[in-house]
Amino acid sequence: MHELSAAALAEKLVNGETTSVEITQASLDRIDAVDGAVHAFLHVDAEGALAAAADVDARRAAGENLPTLAGVPVAVKDVLTTIGQPTTCGSRMLEGWVPPYDATVVARLRAAGLPILGKTNMDEFAMGSSTEHSAYGATRNPWDTTRIPGGSGGGSAAAVAAFEAPLAVGTDTGGSIRQPGAMTGTVGVKPTYGGVSRYGLVAMASSLDQAGPVTRTVLDAALLHEVIAGHDPRDSTSLKAAVPPVVEAARSGDVSGLRIGIVTELGGEGFQPEVRARFDEAVELLTGAGAEVVEVSCPSFVHGVAAYYLVMPSEVSSNLAKFDAMRYGLRVVPDGVDVPSAEQVMAASRDAGFGDEVKRRIVLGTYALSSGYYDAYYGSAQKVRTLIARDFAAAFEQVDVLVSPTAPTTAWPLGEKLDDPLAMYLADVATIPANLAGVPGLSLPAGLADGLPVGFQVLAPALADDRLYTVGAALERLLEQQWGGPFAQHAPDLTEVVR
Amino acid sequence: MPSPLSREDVAHLANLARIDLSEAELERLGAELPQILDHVAAVQEAAAADVEAMSHPQPISNVFREDVVTPGLTPDEALSGAPESEEQRFSVPRILGEE
Repeated sequence: MHELSAAALAEKLVNGETTSVEITQASLDRIDAVDGAVHAFLHVDAEGALAAAADVDARRAAGENLPTLAGVPVAVKDVLTTIGQPTTCGSRMLEGWVPPYDATVVARLRAAGLPILGKTNMDEFAMGSSTEHSAYGATRNPWDTTRIPGGSGGGSAAAVAAFEAPLAVGTDTGGSIRQPGAMTGTVGVKPTYGGVSRYGLVAMASSLDQAGPVTRTVLDAALLHEVIAGHDPRDSTSLKAAVPPVVEAARSGDVSGLRIGIVTELGGEGFQPEVRARFDEAVELLTGAGAEVVEVSCPSFVHGVAAYYLVMPSEVSSNLAKFDAMRYGLRVVPDGVDVPSAEQVMAASRDAGFGDEVKRRIVLGTYALSSGYYDAYYGSAQKVRTLIARDFAAAFEQVDVLVSPTAPTTAWPLGEKLDDPLAMYLADVATIPANLAGVPGLSLPAGLADGLPVGFQVLAPALADDRLYTVGAALERLLEQQWGGPFAQHAPDLTEVVR
Repeated sequence: MPSPLSREDVAHLANLARIDLSEAELERLGAELPQILDHVAAVQEAAAADVEAMSHPQPISNVFREDVVTPGLTPDEALSGAPESEEQRFSVPRILGEE
């Protein structure tokens, strides 16, 4: 049961072959069996999930017409607020905090009848590419538990890869949905900026953050995309546009005549040869299916990481100012001060509550925004952002979608890049341009390199998210013919992994 | 090229960001930040003077909506995460100096 896709589970529910309680219980049992080895979850809400499942079952039994995914359980990244469940963002700063409101994404999941299994692990406040920066311990890659699952959304990706949940929601600021997707052999989609509401998404970098689906199949991602997307008056950057026809695209998967551009700058130096090989094979399959493939140069993409590591920390330093120990979150009273001031309490609490990577980015952003350096750093980065957006615009005049490997390497051993921030930052070289420009991106598994998953990335123009699903579905179908079934069936049996 | 940051520079930034960093943290960031800055400084050469800055993916200015009254949080809900509260208010340490 726990290995079925969300689409298959939804069909069984409609046909009366199973119940939401049964499916939800199967997920909870699986979490019990393997999460000791994976540590994808920070919080599991068995009672709440089963109650929501029972409610959906009762409504279905009463003949109510329910949304497609009603009754299929979902896991939610711990950066989205949830009434009744803690929301820690992987930080000591918010340990034990239970928000008094639901994120719009969470409210939509509930309204569509998806039981929420729990909250998934992440790098602290979504800052990291390995999930090792969680204050509550790293998540492990289900394909090899001595390796990282990617980040920051390693928990959501690992939960889905380990069959603990058929569906999960992640967030992507510089690749935090797509890069973990690549590392864990799952499908991850960053929708067009503004396509999914950010209300209740604890902000890291507001002009880059976007929530999206994490699943095992392209169709499941489209079905979940449809549930969470759409205009929200509570988010002023939420687009007043129709949700692109993603489900239709995922069901069709027809790429004949579609123009596909390989990004020259994303795939050369620094990319593992085996990663590049899986990518090239996938491109060949798409060519065979009738797509027209050309190479496209986006010269400013090489400056993407540099621009990102100025824009993002600048926004971080501003956004995380709200953690001031006054209204919610950790409050630490400094030692040796008789009547400490608010400012002293603030500084002591922020020192105790934030981890190394968060402090690094706040201080970096404070520097980039400080007078005398603003123009040289933040100002220049904003100009590069324009150049990257122009590269996308020019490329999309020639082609319908762009493709690249999602990440330069497969999953690396835990600890390997912890002491080298810059090396960690470069893991997002291929995913960052989409965030800077606000365009949508999808990663899906393209096979294995030395036993570890490789990700294939598709990028499309803003509000053409459906093209991601067209290409994703086409490639998935062709690859599954080669593999003789879904990719995830090759994942190792975690029940035998020593905890 | 970015100049290396002194311990005092990092301490000043940490103070601006209201983080009471330890000596060890100041020293480590003083070593790490110049490396990172050295890498990101590439944007200075990439960006020509006449390129306009982009702060956001969407060309939006002000977004208005009708001023409609909707239910909000109750005082209890709003204070549910407060480290300390009193008489339906957040209770905070002293804001002003002692004199």
